[in-house]
Amino acid sequence: MTDRPTVVVIVFPGSNDEGDAALALEALGGAPRLLWHAETELPPGTGAVVLPGGFSYGDYLRCGAIARFAPVMGAVRRFADEGGPVLGICNGFQILCEARLLPGVLRPNRQLEFVCRDVIVRVESTNTPFTRGCSVGDELVIPVKNGEGNWYANGELLAGLESGGQVVLRYAEDVNGSVGRVAGVASAAGNVMGLMPHPEHAVDSLLGSTGGTPILLGLVEAARERQLGVV
Amino acid sequence: MLDPQGEAVEGSLRKLGFPILAVRVGRLVDLELETSDPAEARAQVERMCAELLANPLIESCEIELEEA
Repeated sequence: MTDRPTVVVIVFPGSNDEGDAALALEALGGAPRLLWHAETELPPGTGAVVLPGGFSYGDYLRCGAIARFAPVMGAVRRFADEGGPVLGICNGFQILCEARLLPGVLRPNRQLEFVCRDVIVRVESTNTPFTRGCSVGDELVIPVKNGEGNWYANGELLAGLESGGQVVLRYAEDVNGSVGRVAGVASAAGNVMGLMPHPEHAVDSLLGSTGGTPILLGLVEAARERQLGVV
Repeated sequence: MLDPQGEAVEGSLRKLGFPILAVRVGRLVDLELETSDPAEARAQVERMCAELLANPLIESCEIELEEA
């Protein structure tokens, strides 16, 4: 087998960042494979899954609310339940929240504007495959581009997530009204993570920052370990 | 619950001079059901709300039934 682990990038109708995700994963040592949402199984040997950014199903009803019923989501849920690494970026984060694979929900930005700029996020937890190469307190420059990135959980839920180390990334400044300035959260087991900033757009210094590199490198490394373990 | 759209509409209505106390912007979903039994209809729509139409973390719903 190749030493490039298979990272499946799910393509929903209306996804638009699957191309950049695949390019970034390829550049970082992964073997990206695009998978149409109508599939019901992940390819054998899948090491990790990425739900990319975009506007799946036109953002109808609520962002991610329809995509969670896509045929492929059953397989994604099984993969996550088995401990497989799953990363949701932007719309992918919204989908994972609506699918209840991640806590909370994304609302319209408080300023009711589409926000498209580099932001600084601080690493708050290294207890996920995606951030274990970082140190707590590391600051990563990664762009956001969304109209609905305003993450919400009630006080009780947020407190539990904070104490459980599930708040993984936090904006250095208030970007959109997210409670706790949360930019990214993980599942209790840590193998599922979602974030609004786009690490796949920040892996090449020619195009700005490389703040997304450690997150996607962590994903590729986790995919490699999973493939080796499974085979 | 934070409702950015409601706040924006409220501010605009104030600017127009309307004496506004509060505005909330929501969503109206018209459903036509097969059943004509009100209890059954309500039970079905409650399940629809729980499973898809509303996200209980940020949304609540009210159900009104009308005979077709």
